[in-house]
Amino acid sequence: MMISRKDLSLLILIIVVGTVVAIINPRFLSPINLSNTANLIGLFGIFAVAQAFVIISGGIELSVGSIIALLGVLFVDLVAAGTLSPGVAFLVVLALGCLIGLLHGFLVARVGLQPFVVTLCGLLIYRGIARYYTEDATAGFPFGASFPTLEWLVAGRLYGVPHSLIAFLLITVVMGVVLHRSVYGRHLFAVGKSEEAARYSGINTTRVVISAYVICCGLTAIAAVFIAMYTRSISPSSHGNFYELYAIAAAVLGGCSLRGGEGSILGVVLGTVLLQVLQNLVNLLGIPSSLNFAVMGSVILIGVLADQQFSKRKVR
Amino acid sequence: MQQPYLEVVGISKSYPGVRALSDVNFSVRKGEVVGLVGENGAGKSTLMRILGGVTEPSSGKIILDGRELTCLTVAESMRGGIAFVHQELNLFENLTVAANIFIGREPRRGGVLRLVDEGELNRRATPLLTQLGADFAADTPVGALSLAQMQLVEIAKALSLRARLIIMDEPTSSLTATETERLLAVVARLRSEGVSIILISHRLAEIEHAADRVVVLRDGKCVGELDRADIRAETMIRLMIGRDLKTLYRQPARPPGEAVLQLKDVRTSYRPEQPVSLDVRRGEILGLAGLVGSGRTELARAIFGLDPLKGGEIRIAGKAVAITSPRAAIGHGLYLIPEDRKRSGLLLDFPIRSNVTLASMDTHSRFGLVDRHAEEASAEEQRRSLDIRTPSVSVLAGALSGGNQQKVVLAKWLSMAPKILVFDEPTRGVDVGAKNEIYGLMRALSDRGVGILMISSDMEEVIGISDRVAVMHEGRIAGFLGREELSERAILSLAVGRLAA
Repeated sequence: MMISRKDLSLLILIIVVGTVVAIINPRFLSPINLSNTANLIGLFGIFAVAQAFVIISGGIELSVGSIIALLGVLFVDLVAAGTLSPGVAFLVVLALGCLIGLLHGFLVARVGLQPFVVTLCGLLIYRGIARYYTEDATAGFPFGASFPTLEWLVAGRLYGVPHSLIAFLLITVVMGVVLHRSVYGRHLFAVGKSEEAARYSGINTTRVVISAYVICCGLTAIAAVFIAMYTRSISPSSHGNFYELYAIAAAVLGGCSLRGGEGSILGVVLGTVLLQVLQNLVNLLGIPSSLNFAVMGSVILIGVLADQQFSKRKVR
Repeated sequence: MQQPYLEVVGISKSYPGVRALSDVNFSVRKGEVVGLVGENGAGKSTLMRILGGVTEPSSGKIILDGRELTCLTVAESMRGGIAFVHQELNLFENLTVAANIFIGREPRRGGVLRLVDEGELNRRATPLLTQLGADFAADTPVGALSLAQMQLVEIAKALSLRARLIIMDEPTSSLTATETERLLAVVARLRSEGVSIILISHRLAEIEHAADRVVVLRDGKCVGELDRADIRAETMIRLMIGRDLKTLYRQPARPPGEAVLQLKDVRTSYRPEQPVSLDVRRGEILGLAGLVGSGRTELARAIFGLDPLKGGEIRIAGKAVAITSPRAAIGHGLYLIPEDRKRSGLLLDFPIRSNVTLASMDTHSRFGLVDRHAEEASAEEQRRSLDIRTPSVSVLAGALSGGNQQKVVLAKWLSMAPKILVFDEPTRGVDVGAKNEIYGLMRALSDRGVGILMISSDMEEVIGISDRVAVMHEGRIAGFLGREELSERAILSLAVGRLAA
């Protein structure tokens, strides 16, 4: 795959920031820190890639965090209570995710509601259901209970490489092919760029948009399982809060335009990496963690501004 | 003799390659209704843009109220008392009538709070509406009004600006007969109050009825001025036509075959009361002529499945088909080259290659994955056969010239064995050389057995290319003309709503 100028500058930025942090605090390169950061990249990356599909279609998915909370408590509850085996529980959660995506896509593409409104309602509804379902108590595995296979699968490490990262890379490769090589991906970019021109070319635009939401929420369901197993206990009122914003930030940083029709998988991956390195930087450099969001926001703003200046110059 | 309120002297306007207006002279006196007529593209819009201060003339002068100017700015035009009532109304449907009339000039109260004085707003708007005989209140939301009522709001707005010359561009094109009568009554009332009016209309009967004087434009030139006594539709038509048309016609290779596309009493949502029936035969180019707003594009949209049919039947190769989406139309081998290629025909940010294959991904993919080699090969083949001038098919479609863009749109469909092609304004914004190439391609396609329906507002194109012409007027087919009957006069007579030439 050809690396675009945008992605290249993002990669350079990551390397520069990483080098600076490593010089100031060598602990950045310690195996334990790298492994932890990699794990977070894997967890956040899965739903960032998910978000990218909806953004490229010209929409937005705001209920990511709430879906992660709802499906997370469901999964933990089903497994801990022994109702279902972990494998079946995973499939149930995945199916539920796809169903949520189908509903969102239907409301956006068929009924014609605005994506922001549909998914904002989703954000409120799924969070509410999650809290009601657990009676606002923390859902978790009972003391001493263990599911060694499940834990090894989703939270284990292979030669120090967290499985979440491996899963993320696999998903990235598959979704990269879907987005950049498949007919569906071509149609998705066309619909995002100009719904009208796509329709005039005989593309079933409704189906393309609905599929984008199904892919997004389905992948989010997978992320929900990984995140649930990573945290091991879920307080439904705060679990996954703001995660949709991380996802949108990573996608935008990675070159997706909220107007639709633009973006690349590689960009989203790099966007996710940069965000996690920044998080890590805040921790390692002893910056008060309350400033966390402020640092992230500033970097994204600067990135977007710089990009706009570059593209303006290119046009001239 | 009274000094004219507005006088235009020797106005010319050239665009690169086109002379839109040359040496136009005309004047408007106080309280006079001047009809301005001419075919599509005769220069009426350019002239109006100059009077509105939007376009600067290349030469000539404008004398407004005794002041001599070489060009107007928008502000000068407004201050000079010129106001426009456009075909597309510029109203805020979410605001009330009074708010629209005084938009940007709202009466205020509350000092630094700068609140809008709603009471005063309505008090000021009401007399204007009364003056026009409006049957709605000043505090009605504009969204609740009919098109005719909205026009009155525009006129009221013009009056509130103390307009002394109101230019109405096709004000009656979407009005019913009763509404038209009422609008013309308003025109008469304004005239009696000393307001001058320029009335642009394709409906010559209205001009006959309302105008004190008529100015006829053709090819950017003022070709005639008729006084009240001489205003007759026949005279106006005679003046409007008479361009020397270059003969572009290429004989078809063989006589047309059986009907490949048949419309039987098709009704569109544009004018549901008017059924349209026509046949496009294999190997023939059927021109669809008519004035802007006669419903041709709406018909094309319905045939291509973009708008639902309100009735009637579409037959392709003799079989009735249900076309509910462009996808369905494409499935039947019926393709549309749309009027607005930058919006609907192309993805400007996509390379030429992807634009060419966008509609035929099925044949350019394997196992759901895009086959880049097949794609490249198809695009290259089309580039060569249509002579698309580009260094490579990886160039973005947006970087091409108009003519080459149109060829890309065409290439998209040609790689898919068309049965019927509907062209909507095939050469708009295309330079002369590329125009001839596109005409050549159209004939080559029809000779291969494709049925072509060509919508065009360009008289030269309609007469020069078509084997047969259907003329539309206000949503219906006013008549068909065979090749030997084709003349500007015959087409125009039908287009303005006269059944016999």
